[in-house]
Amino acid sequence: MEQLLLLLIFLPLLGALVTAFSGNAAKHVALVSAIVSLALALVMVCNFTPDASTQFMVNYPWIHDLGINFHAGVDGISMITILLTNVLVPLIILASYQHNYKSSNAFFALILFMQTGLLIVFTSLDAFLFYIGWEAALIPIYFICAVWGGKDRIKVNMKFFVYTIAGSLFMLLGLIYLYLQNPAHNFDIQAFYNLNLDSVQQGWIFWAFFIAFAIKMPVFPFHTWQPNTYTEAPAAGTMLLAGIMLKMGIYGVIRWLLPIVPTGVQDWGHVAIILSVIGIVYASLIAFTQKDAKRLVAYSSIAHVGLISAGIFALNTQGMQGAMIQMLSHGINVVGLFFVLDIISSRLKTNRISELGGIAKQAPILAITALIIVLGTVALPGTNGFIGEFLLLIGVYQYNIWVAVFAGLTIIFGAVYMFRMYQNIMLGKTNDLTITFTDVKGSEKAVLYTICALIIVLGVYPKPVLQLSEASVQHLIEQVTQKLTSVN
Amino acid sequence: MIIDLVWLVPLIPLIGFIINGLGRNTLSKGLIGFIGSSVIFVSFAISVGIFLALGSDANKSHEVFLFDWISAGKLHIPLSFLVDPLSAIMLLIVTGVGFLIHIYSIGYMHSDEGFGKFFSYLNLFIFFMLLLVLGSNYIVMFIGWEGVGLCSYLLIGFWYTNSSYASAAKKAFVMNRIGDLGFLLGVFFIFTTFGSIEFSKIFPQAANMLPGDHTIALIALLLFIGACGKSAQLPLFTWLPDAMAGPTPVSALIHAATMVTAGIYMIARSNLIFDLAPLIQHVIAIVGLATAIVAAIIALTQTDIKKVLAYSTVSQLGYMFLGLGVGAYNGAFFHVITHAFFKALLFLCAGSVIHALHHEQDMRHMGGLRKKLPVTFITMLIGTIAIAGLPPFSGFFSKDEILAHVYQHDKVMWAIAVFGAFLTAFYMFRMLFLTFYGKYRGTHHSEEKIHESPKSMTIPLIVLAVLSAFGGIIGVPEALGGNHWLSHWLSPVIKHTGESPDHATEYALMAVSVVGVLISIAVAYGKYIKQSHVPAPDEAKRSVLANLSYNKFYFDEIYDALIRKPLDAISVFFYKIVDNKIVDGIVNSFGWGTTEASKGLRLMQSGNVGFYIFMMVVGIISLLLYTYLSL
Repeated sequence: MEQLLLLLIFLPLLGALVTAFSGNAAKHVALVSAIVSLALALVMVCNFTPDASTQFMVNYPWIHDLGINFHAGVDGISMITILLTNVLVPLIILASYQHNYKSSNAFFALILFMQTGLLIVFTSLDAFLFYIGWEAALIPIYFICAVWGGKDRIKVNMKFFVYTIAGSLFMLLGLIYLYLQNPAHNFDIQAFYNLNLDSVQQGWIFWAFFIAFAIKMPVFPFHTWQPNTYTEAPAAGTMLLAGIMLKMGIYGVIRWLLPIVPTGVQDWGHVAIILSVIGIVYASLIAFTQKDAKRLVAYSSIAHVGLISAGIFALNTQGMQGAMIQMLSHGINVVGLFFVLDIISSRLKTNRISELGGIAKQAPILAITALIIVLGTVALPGTNGFIGEFLLLIGVYQYNIWVAVFAGLTIIFGAVYMFRMYQNIMLGKTNDLTITFTDVKGSEKAVLYTICALIIVLGVYPKPVLQLSEASVQHLIEQVTQKLTSVN
Repeated sequence: MIIDLVWLVPLIPLIGFIINGLGRNTLSKGLIGFIGSSVIFVSFAISVGIFLALGSDANKSHEVFLFDWISAGKLHIPLSFLVDPLSAIMLLIVTGVGFLIHIYSIGYMHSDEGFGKFFSYLNLFIFFMLLLVLGSNYIVMFIGWEGVGLCSYLLIGFWYTNSSYASAAKKAFVMNRIGDLGFLLGVFFIFTTFGSIEFSKIFPQAANMLPGDHTIALIALLLFIGACGKSAQLPLFTWLPDAMAGPTPVSALIHAATMVTAGIYMIARSNLIFDLAPLIQHVIAIVGLATAIVAAIIALTQTDIKKVLAYSTVSQLGYMFLGLGVGAYNGAFFHVITHAFFKALLFLCAGSVIHALHHEQDMRHMGGLRKKLPVTFITMLIGTIAIAGLPPFSGFFSKDEILAHVYQHDKVMWAIAVFGAFLTAFYMFRMLFLTFYGKYRGTHHSEEKIHESPKSMTIPLIVLAVLSAFGGIIGVPEALGGNHWLSHWLSPVIKHTGESPDHATEYALMAVSVVGVLISIAVAYGKYIKQSHVPAPDEAKRSVLANLSYNKFYFDEIYDALIRKPLDAISVFFYKIVDNKIVDGIVNSFGWGTTEASKGLRLMQSGNVGFYIFMMVVGIISLLLYTYLSL
């Protein structure tokens, strides 16, 4: 079973190498690689025992003198994020089929390269390895956005890159500090968990980590790189960023922040929750009047991620489990939304809402699938979004009623901006521009149908997914609360 | 046992939705109509079986477990159904009235290009409505609750190329969502208070509690906010009149007979909780009464036949809430049933008129249709009498039951409510007279084409007319020699229901309302038949009150000015100023600061060797000083 995890992590890298040298067949090679990765992830799920233990563990010495090991493993929380990554990557590759990118071999190779980085982040049990994966995932996405993005891409990307690197450096400082405090002088996560830091130390580490993760998600007020980057990135880049990469931040909080500095969380977690909830209301309101659909979805993503972040810091099973399934659901839904917008902009060369309208008449299949994705996004019961939002809200509610009331505004506001957008794009009369619109076909249909099926299946029968992470989540919460009670 | 097969009741319409949804462009209209209607009929037949089985069963509460839906920690939400007297009777209404409206739609929608889509949506609606009714906990109920909202959205915006229709659909969804947040928060409180969200775990605990608990009051208030959205009560009622943009069978099914009564159903289901919150009951009674009166006043001057019926629905829902507020759960639910009959009938009749007049809805262009549409006329007359509340038609019994309880509760509220009932009789007969009496006011050309609707439409009208006429039989009060079957039937669910006055008072109350209603009809007769009065055109000058009524008390304009516009302005302010200038400005200032600092530092590299040596000396002295001082 050891080989399984190594294979899972490095298969995409191999795929990337082959893709890079396969010329015009690149997209097919990349798709095959991604589908094999998905199959591997499913094999892993089937062999996974849904308890709190870490499974498929690998541990090889790497840089011995510094106590750095290639140490990785999978628990329920990692399992969800692995699924997220390996389900979305093939969809994102297939969604890029409609474009004829120049140097498409490089483009698809970078996607697969990024997949390896992401999988390292989601499985590593060694802080150094985690950091390597964290930055390794950033490099390909930087090039994807900077080479294949919109006309403002260079400037926008510069900011994105510098901003996230700055955040990562805080985290790196925190990790090195922890390493120095560690008597065993290694980067082992368990050793970090066992450290006895006082509340001042924990406070510093909390903020060093939180800023890095908050920039990645992003949480208000660390979000200003995000709307421009999402808008300027090529569709696949936006999907990778919003669908998978931001979950690195969420995962980081769960794996590296909560258990290492529980006292820091106790002291400062309420600030994180307040910022998250401000982000929900603030970003939702901004989404109300956005003129560009892609930017609207970008802001809506800030709101949705704010709720996930609040649910995690609420530190209870419902909130945390809600975060787990919502990571998956948000990934699926946001990829769906950006794909619908990409279909529109690749046909009509615009995502400006005011220029669209009446597309439903021309493209009923696109309209129906887009509606299902919108319904998932606004968390209609029976869709995947409801399971996550319901659990998150009930989790946040148990933390504080008023926080839940404000966070709950997303139920209303989400419906406002999503249905406004849907109406203005799809409904009403067709205009001179949209009259030329042709309905989806081929690979587009395949992506949309898959996304819609996932939305409904997860919404109707979420139990298998919830079960994957339940034990690990409960273990994590116990770990944190025990550490807290032993301190007090 | 048939009760264990209850899951078939929602499943079969869902299958109908899938078949018609997939085959909407390929199947023939006849087949689509057949599938769409027969799935509902099968559900109805099973519902009848369940109803009969429950009647002969000593156990009046059956839970049918399907599977674990959501579970996290202590929170377990099974997908399971509850069959008890309340849900069993609701099943009959939803599938029974639903079936008639499906049949009617075959005729009404026959020439619409979206025929297949329409039937698939209608089936989906029935599916969600049945989930709402059958859920054994608040969250399964909530699936149905929001699901019917979705179908309402889809069907209001059925003709979506008209952007005002699409806007009406969105408005309905958003306003419902405001209520839904209240509902969800209420459920959260229930979960933390009772440790469960299952009806069977909550209500036995509630039955042992004493009134006055603050948390329970909050739960009741939040659930009521949810009901306000779905059942179109003040201040969340403005979506319902706009919802008339949907095809008329939709107005009959969703926006009159079933979905909008979900709030009443939910409160009746939770009656044990509401009994513990007398203050909130009082609030409900006031809101219900205010809604009933405000909507009735608006209905007085409307000229669109469907708008009159829409406001009358809002008003009647107000009466139901008034009933709930005074503890008359039976009366309120009785009115849900009779209202389902006569309001579905009235809408379908209006649809028949609209169909005959080729989509004319303005009563100013109608008139004299009595002879041309005889079946529609007679059935609509029956519906009108039923809603006006003349004995022995169904509305009389249910409305008077509510009014009698209100009288016991508060005489002033009773007086206002009875006054509202007089208004109801007036505006309903105004509608009837304007539509069917006098001379035809449309163009001569259109007059020739007027024809009675096909059988598929008139037969449902006749069936509903019979139900509207005699449906009251299930709740004839003791004062009139009945034994009120309905309250006996519901007694396992609804334990306490407010006290009714003694028989002498009850007779007097009935007499007041019957006489008042007759006078109202006479006034309407005098104005619209004797004087052949026709409502003025839109731009005519009106008295202040008439103007308020005609313009719906400017609710939409007020909401626009107080909520929508400020929020949009905040949105622009947050985006342009706060986000782009302030938050991002701070971020950019770091970048700017770095660049500026480097510009300054760059100047130190002047190439002047003397300056370098000077700086070196300063550095060495500083180091020495530092070492010296720290020793």
